[in-house]
Amino acid sequence: MLSDIFQWIQGSILSPLVNLVVPELFQDEALLLLGILVKIVAILIPLLLSVAYITYAERKIIGYMQCRIGPNRVGFFGYKLLGLGQPIADAFKLIFKEIIIPSGANKTLFIIAPVLSFAPSIAAWAVIPFDDVSVLADINAGLLYILALTSLAVYGVIIAGWASNSKYAFLGAIRSAAQIISYEIAMGFALVCVLIAAGSLNLGEIIEAQSGSFLHWFWIPLFPVFLVYFISGVAETNRAPFDVAEGESEIVAGFHVEYGGMAFSIFFMAEYANMIMISVLTSIFFLGGWLSPLQGVPLLGSIPFLSDHGLIWLLMKTSLFLFCFLWFRATFPRYRYDQIMRLGWKVFLPITIVWIVIISIMVVAEIPPWFN
Amino acid sequence: MQKIQQYFQSLLLWELVKGLQLTGKYLFKRKITIQYPEEKTPMSPRFRGLHALRRYPNGEERCIACKLCEAVCPAVAITIDSEQREDGTRRTTRYDIDLTKCIFCGFCEESCPVDSIVETHVFEYHGEQRGDLLMNKQKLLANGDKYEKQIAEAREKDSLYR
Repeated sequence: MLSDIFQWIQGSILSPLVNLVVPELFQDEALLLLGILVKIVAILIPLLLSVAYITYAERKIIGYMQCRIGPNRVGFFGYKLLGLGQPIADAFKLIFKEIIIPSGANKTLFIIAPVLSFAPSIAAWAVIPFDDVSVLADINAGLLYILALTSLAVYGVIIAGWASNSKYAFLGAIRSAAQIISYEIAMGFALVCVLIAAGSLNLGEIIEAQSGSFLHWFWIPLFPVFLVYFISGVAETNRAPFDVAEGESEIVAGFHVEYGGMAFSIFFMAEYANMIMISVLTSIFFLGGWLSPLQGVPLLGSIPFLSDHGLIWLLMKTSLFLFCFLWFRATFPRYRYDQIMRLGWKVFLPITIVWIVIISIMVVAEIPPWFN
Repeated sequence: MQKIQQYFQSLLLWELVKGLQLTGKYLFKRKITIQYPEEKTPMSPRFRGLHALRRYPNGEERCIACKLCEAVCPAVAITIDSEQREDGTRRTTRYDIDLTKCIFCGFCEESCPVDSIVETHVFEYHGEQRGDLLMNKQKLLANGDKYEKQIAEAREKDSLYR
């Protein structure tokens, strides 16, 4: 369906435009470039909108879990509409605020840092498959690309902490850098399990390898790894209960304590974009991405609309994990720093290493229904 | 045996699941937020808000300048001057309450032998200029005239317990 829409845009808007404006020699290249730009915009705008509305969902859901009702005043055109205007109002407020650069700060790095933390979390979307044909860049080492880009985000944090020239920001940066790096390892090993099971680094092929029914998805053979991956993802994004990096009681707000206005909100958006990223990746690696859960189910599988694969299933699986992020934040108190390190190095790492051996044996022994 | 059981329980995140169950249950509970300007919480007849000086039904002011309130006020917010009126009764010439000092403890109201100084149910007031919250006798008497019905009602309700 997505590719049909793109075909239509290319056929009826882009090619007439290119024919009109661009000299004949470069028309193919211009069409290709414009096509990619359209795809990028089609990914980015929904992404940024969902980042805005996850902040709303977070306040609403956590409020509901605490017997409050959350934001419900700001609406559109005089109607309250359950407070749906709140993220827009917040965005406007932040845009018009002054960006204060501390006098002792390193100006260039101070400005570059938020960009460095936000850019990788957007760039990683290039290899996410939205259905069987809609991928921006269908590269064969997609998993490596994702690993590389998600690791890059830590530079933004470290540089922000360093450039602020403030002890709180510096301590926060060190904390979150140590945490992100140690959980990266458990996460990497969890992904090794996935790629052993799927036999491919291409995200589309990883999803194809899970087709059959929801019992064929990798969450059953890789169940401990599935948990480890998602929890490491929570730690990686510095979300509660692993948010010592911004522990309010000890170090105020961590690495972004000196930032205000739009510079702060870029960090904020990076955190939420990373949350979405981790949720999408978890649903791709372990819950079969855009595969319909009704595929292969005796009775329901024959219903035409429900059993179709497509973007809608990916979105639903992603929302499930995003809800879990917010649910965790409403439920768990913050981990102590040494507990976080213990969990990462002494629990998750051994589990994933053991499971690499187990999954390799399962793959070699061709255990049905997953590996035959 | 128990240790092994505990080990597996923590490995399967059992405690965490129990915590999630609890917050999950609360997600669907009735919300108890009072949306303030539209909804208000019930108010006790003993509520201690803005001060007022009352009058008797014939229009005579109740205060006899005994200065008990001035003496009992823990924040020293009340200042009273008094002199003899032509009819021989003692009356106040000055009755000031500094609302910026007042801690709304209600001792003045308790100490008053003639129920003159009272605290009304008004709590949504503000001052726009310096000095707006320094109440004098005229303002307090005006408050008393304005809220007399409410004050009398509250005292009627509470009279059973005094």
